[in-house]
Amino acid sequence: MTTHQGEQLTLAEMRSGQSGTVIEVLGGHGLVRRLEALGIRPGKKVTKISSTLFHGPVVLKADNTQVAVGFGMAKKIIVQADKYLPRTS
Amino acid sequence: MRILLMGNPNVGKSALFSRLTGTHIIASNYPGTTVGFTKGYLRLGEERAELIDVPGTYTLEPSSKAEEVAVQMLRDGDLVINVVDATNLERNLNLTLQLLERQIPLIVALNMWDDTRHRGINIDVAKLEELLGVPVVPTVGVTGQGIKELVKRLPEAKVPKNAPTYANNDERWTRVGDIVRQVQSLSHRHHRWYENLEDASSHPVWGVVIALLVLFATFWFVRFVGEGIISYVTGPFFQGLWTPLLMKLSLALGGGGFWHNVLIGELIGGEINYSQSFGLLSTGLYIPLAAVLPYIISFYLALGILEDVGYLPRLAVLMDTIMHRLGLHGYAIIPTILGFGCNVPGIMATRILESRKQRFIAATLISIGVPCAALQAMIIGVVGKEGPGYVAMVYGSLFISWVIIGLILNRTVKGFNPELLVEIPPYRWPPWRVIGEKLWLRVSGFIKEALPIVLGAVLVVNILYTLRVFNALADIAAPVLTGLWGLPKESVVAILVGFLRKDVAMGMLAPLTLTAKQLVISSTVLAMFFPCVATFVVLARELGARDLFKSIGIMIVAVLIMGSLQNLVL
Repeated sequence: MTTHQGEQLTLAEMRSGQSGTVIEVLGGHGLVRRLEALGIRPGKKVTKISSTLFHGPVVLKADNTQVAVGFGMAKKIIVQADKYLPRTS
Repeated sequence: MRILLMGNPNVGKSALFSRLTGTHIIASNYPGTTVGFTKGYLRLGEERAELIDVPGTYTLEPSSKAEEVAVQMLRDGDLVINVVDATNLERNLNLTLQLLERQIPLIVALNMWDDTRHRGINIDVAKLEELLGVPVVPTVGVTGQGIKELVKRLPEAKVPKNAPTYANNDERWTRVGDIVRQVQSLSHRHHRWYENLEDASSHPVWGVVIALLVLFATFWFVRFVGEGIISYVTGPFFQGLWTPLLMKLSLALGGGGFWHNVLIGELIGGEINYSQSFGLLSTGLYIPLAAVLPYIISFYLALGILEDVGYLPRLAVLMDTIMHRLGLHGYAIIPTILGFGCNVPGIMATRILESRKQRFIAATLISIGVPCAALQAMIIGVVGKEGPGYVAMVYGSLFISWVIIGLILNRTVKGFNPELLVEIPPYRWPPWRVIGEKLWLRVSGFIKEALPIVLGAVLVVNILYTLRVFNALADIAAPVLTGLWGLPKESVVAILVGFLRKDVAMGMLAPLTLTAKQLVISSTVLAMFFPCVATFVVLARELGARDLFKSIGIMIVAVLIMGSLQNLVL
């Protein structure tokens, strides 16, 4: 299966190295605010750096900041993927 | 005048602070909290201004205790130096705009300026200054570039005319976006070698390999430096210079009597024996200054480097999955590591965790399963004589209890365990100045706090010995000590003294001629049992009375079981 340009997926589903634009952060006001303070908010271009085994944290990059978010949070960050990339999961 | 140094975390604030203030730095806690900050002074023409390094914050809408303190401090400041990471303009300007809304005179230090060039970032400083309406000075905290200019322009700090306020966060972010578009342009650049290393250290496989290498190297470094200081500095000093002086004093005091016992202690075979004499001036000074201080120095040096290079958040990511099983998240590894230096700052640092459940578990686990550097120095010194395998048994037992207690608490403590959310700063070359200052603050803190307690403990022991109090206590404690743990009843003295200082307690085990097995059991029991008085006070303050009793209850049960198991198995 491949991801198409324009396909929306969660940060958790993205492949390491894949980039995209944040569309929406699902979840409570608290989470939205904390992510926003770190520069992760709708419209922001992000790149997934890595994920950890056993549904551990996902590392992503926005501008020059790297942020680690828990897997549960990563499932709440909806991203518009940029380019074609084979998808593993 | 009071000047506040404010900015996001990881923007090089401390390095800038150290450049601005010079030598006289004071570490303190914000009144009523355990959130620490440093304070120094800055010469401004004729005036001496107070400069405060405010804890890093992303926004003025606080989401943690440290951020709350930052906002509270803002009320008492006369001027703010807003430290902005030039390589992360957008995120940093969000705080700048919030500060401008507060109507406090502001000047911006555009820090990490040297980093922008090789990251391919060009910033039009004049334009930024015009748009913000306050002075903007490019700086490099680590090298001191731009500091003179910053100080020179401090008087120009101002509240901009008709500074806009924003109805909501979205509006502010839009304005931030506008500003960034107008002042910043990006050009192509190459991936640097250390950026590959950055990516590797949060990689699921390479990250683990790197973590193991780092931990191994740290352990090796701490031992190498610590032992080096003992064999070349503190050891020769005590043996060569201090012993002759004490011997003269001993002669002057007539070789015995009350004062001789208190000050010098008992002569072993006509000589002073620093681990057995137990006088104030012999063992009382030897333990903290000769045996423990070298490891305090080497541990905090290693920790300072790991902190300032930016490695610890990466360790937090790797440990996250495991820590979740213990009812914590990866970030709890940082208070835990601090606890290996001294449990007091470790437990204080549990403040960075979000939920009550996490704080309770983290603090309890630190006070039970994490031996402080002072205790470790003595464990290595005393148990190490029997062979490294026995030291490993002590550490292994502590680690096992740490894991098992964590697993149980995760299931039994009510509350929730939120997920990890943490910024991972880029690797940076360690700012040696900052590391040196931090090391000095921590080491002098140890001497100031530990030395009086060690001396007090030695004095109390001497008095209680004279009054024969210990004999009575030993008889009461005998069933547990001898029956469950297989220890001689004299060891009750050491275990009780452990409440004052664990390193002194460990020193008291040395003259008891215990077997290797007994040494392993007694040092494990000492590490897990009742925390020392300083830790106890902090634990009480952080947890409150109810949780403190729970924590102590868990501790007592755990130590009874662990000591008995060791007695059965070893």
